[in-house]
Amino acid sequence: MSASSTAKAPAFVATTKAGRVTDFVDARVGGSGILREFGRKVFPDHWSFMFGEVALYSFVILLLSGTFLTFFFDPSMAHTNYDGSYVPLKGVEMSVAYSSSLDISFDVRGGLFMRQVHHWSALLFVASIAVHMLRVFFTGAFRKPREMNWVVGGVLLILAMAAGFTGYSLPDDLLSGNGLRIIDGVMKSIPVIGTYASFFFFGGEFPGYAVIGRLYMLHILLVPALILLMIVLHLFMVVVHKHTQYPGPGRNDGNVVGYPLGPVYAAKAGGFFFIVFGVIALMAAFFTINPIWNYGPYDPSPVSAGTQPDWYIGFVDGALRLMPGVIGDFHFEYVIFGYTLSLNVLLPALVPAGILFTVMFMYPWIESWITKDNREHHVLDRPRNAPTRTAIGVAGFVWYCVMWAAAGSDLIATHFYVSLNDVTYWLRALFFIGPIIAFIVAKRVALALQRKDREIALHGRETGRIVRLPHGEFIEVHAPLDEYKRYKLVGFESPAPLPAVPNDHGIVTRKEKQRAFLSKWFFEDRVAPATPAELEAAHGHHAHPAVEAAEESKSLSH
Amino acid sequence: MGNHSDGSPNHSGTVATAGQNEVEKFQDPGLPPHRLRLADTDPKAAKRAERQVALLFGTSVVGTLIFLVAYFAIDLGEGAGIATIRLQNALLGVGTAFAMLGIGTGIVHWAKALMPDHEVSEERHAIRTEDDRQAAVRIVDDIVDETGIKRRPLIRNTLLGAVALAPLPALAIFGDLGPRPDRKLAHTMWAPVDGQLKRLTRDPDGTPIRASDVTLGSAFHVIPEGLNDLHEGKLNEKAKAVVLLMRLDPASLNPSEGREDWGYNGIVAYSKICTHVGCPVALYEQQTHHLLCPCHQSTFDLTQECKVIFGPASRPLPQLPIAVDDEGYLVATSDFKEPVGPSYWERDEHERIINS
Repeated sequence: MSASSTAKAPAFVATTKAGRVTDFVDARVGGSGILREFGRKVFPDHWSFMFGEVALYSFVILLLSGTFLTFFFDPSMAHTNYDGSYVPLKGVEMSVAYSSSLDISFDVRGGLFMRQVHHWSALLFVASIAVHMLRVFFTGAFRKPREMNWVVGGVLLILAMAAGFTGYSLPDDLLSGNGLRIIDGVMKSIPVIGTYASFFFFGGEFPGYAVIGRLYMLHILLVPALILLMIVLHLFMVVVHKHTQYPGPGRNDGNVVGYPLGPVYAAKAGGFFFIVFGVIALMAAFFTINPIWNYGPYDPSPVSAGTQPDWYIGFVDGALRLMPGVIGDFHFEYVIFGYTLSLNVLLPALVPAGILFTVMFMYPWIESWITKDNREHHVLDRPRNAPTRTAIGVAGFVWYCVMWAAAGSDLIATHFYVSLNDVTYWLRALFFIGPIIAFIVAKRVALALQRKDREIALHGRETGRIVRLPHGEFIEVHAPLDEYKRYKLVGFESPAPLPAVPNDHGIVTRKEKQRAFLSKWFFEDRVAPATPAELEAAHGHHAHPAVEAAEESKSLSH
Repeated sequence: MGNHSDGSPNHSGTVATAGQNEVEKFQDPGLPPHRLRLADTDPKAAKRAERQVALLFGTSVVGTLIFLVAYFAIDLGEGAGIATIRLQNALLGVGTAFAMLGIGTGIVHWAKALMPDHEVSEERHAIRTEDDRQAAVRIVDDIVDETGIKRRPLIRNTLLGAVALAPLPALAIFGDLGPRPDRKLAHTMWAPVDGQLKRLTRDPDGTPIRASDVTLGSAFHVIPEGLNDLHEGKLNEKAKAVVLLMRLDPASLNPSEGREDWGYNGIVAYSKICTHVGCPVALYEQQTHHLLCPCHQSTFDLTQECKVIFGPASRPLPQLPIAVDDEGYLVATSDFKEPVGPSYWERDEHERIINS
């Protein structure tokens, strides 16, 4: 059909070489619709949108460097005697996995570099996901219609941590072996099935001969495949929703303002891949990461002091450290119906992470329930313009950081010459009061910034120019903002608390009352955006028409 | 929750509030006027930017060459020390970094300085049209209706039951991932074999320890005799059997009833595996007689039979009963009287079996 129609109509002939290539491909696979849709698709531009890109690019680098490593790594736990070129370990009994990791480091040209690239990009991968999620949270980008993409992002964070942990354990060195020992201890604390879980995971007693091979399969097949699947879902939804944009003049929920994909955005984003790669290469060149040859092979007896897990596992390890095993005479491990329940391990290993992830996954629905906001949002909130959300986020962040810091309690003690016990006591206290203080401070800071915005919008910015008036008074000249800058400061919503409303039967349900209470808590303290009337009032007490006032607003004001 | 039906913010005295939703808002002034860049107006600047981009791409070529030279010219053969590897690693990294950063910064500079920088505004289209929405809901309703699943609960319920049970084989088939735990965790290598008591030997070389070697204040890392002869499962046994041996002034030990003869002349042996999550409790503070686990800082007091005095562990380290044999070597008189290492569900049951 299309053949006959093209035969009749005067055919469109591409004149340029690039055009002819495009036409050739299109005639065979029919991509012109896609190109038309995406070739000039507009993407908003902001530095904070690049964290997600960093995550994507470090994942690509992980795949590239990881594939290289699989050609040389042997995940066997069989015993061998090292015969490579690292002299201090010559003849030492170790597992084949550790031996092949040493070979990668010392006997494969570029192997050490690839190991370092792989480890650094893994750390960067999880870090950029985390920072990206913080950006999304604090700007309210998770709101309708993007709730499900927020959940996919959360799943990606968990998968990234799983990928990191399974990979961290593979070299079978002393440090990672102790990490597995901790996992074993945590597994065994699970009621009823814990012992079985541990035996099944390790293929018998710890450490056994199976676990490295199993982790290897998870690390190079299952987890990356799931990550890839989630990335596809994530990006698919980004395309469906189109990107969010920061508030500003000319931007609203009905449009997207930015650069077209081709050429500017594609060039910037594509170039950024090489920049991320280059920075990781620099880190791999100059900063040693995980020098497994210093740790020696895994042996259940020795351990090095001051050991640290990779940063993203730190908060769980820190929680394990913070939990007291005994308070007074109360032991957190006790016997119940003849069986041992080890709450001193189980609680810190599961509860804080469980709370963090549960709240994180549910937050979009919690907030929209409280605010009854069912609209689509494509314009982001500046964090200060959503003080309570920002405060919740900061509180959660501080809670996480307290646990994370606890994972380094011994290093804090040795570096700052303070008592290890005191560090732990302080962190235990901060575990409870830290988030509360953080909430209050963050909320007040956000409100203060909003008031500052109001003042700048109404009175202009300080110029630093001091003028003496004829009667001797000194004043600082304030320069008014142009309308674009002003709009950035005033163009936001400041919702008021929504009181409880009766349902269809005329009853105010208990749930609705709770919602109204939370709504009050959310929006009680608020700063409304400045209005044109206020601006007029601010500009002198002479009654000018609004238009004139706006134009004349260059005068001295205050 | 009070009488806030008007939603007015005047309850809060702390915050300046003005303006309500009804109040007139500032009008969106639209996109700010486009500002030309230097390279847009000045051909010289454009030419300069062009040269800069080319220079950055040139840097990338240099980086690639550095990488290749470092890869082929530096030999990692016999006799290459760690310094050689370090040098090669640094050069490979620098080469890659130049190669990548050259391309990356070059493209970005090109995009920012020379490509059109007009911000464009594009309409957002609704994710779905109202037509589609209604049609989709109708289709789903029709599909559900045509299956008749709502009218035929028997079909629905048996299907639910079948689907709920079907994954069980998928779980069961993993049953051979590991053996049953049985009582493996309750025993260690220290149990006497055929009445022959196991000697305490040094970790890692396996030489036996004389009681006279253990001076006051010293500490030994100990493994059971014969551990090094094991081929299969050596680390598994070691993970349970490692012991710390210390000698204190006998007066500072306060053995409880029934444990008076578990030490010898102030020499005591305790499991080195932390009762928290199983790290080796490797740090001995000689002056305070405290044992510290470096992983999570559980602290045990030797003078109180390794009671937990700080940190997340909840249970004392198990003590190994020791004595001296005819030749003066330290031996374990029996296995541990309780399972060592991290707690597990059946632990208490195992402890009762051991002691019965």
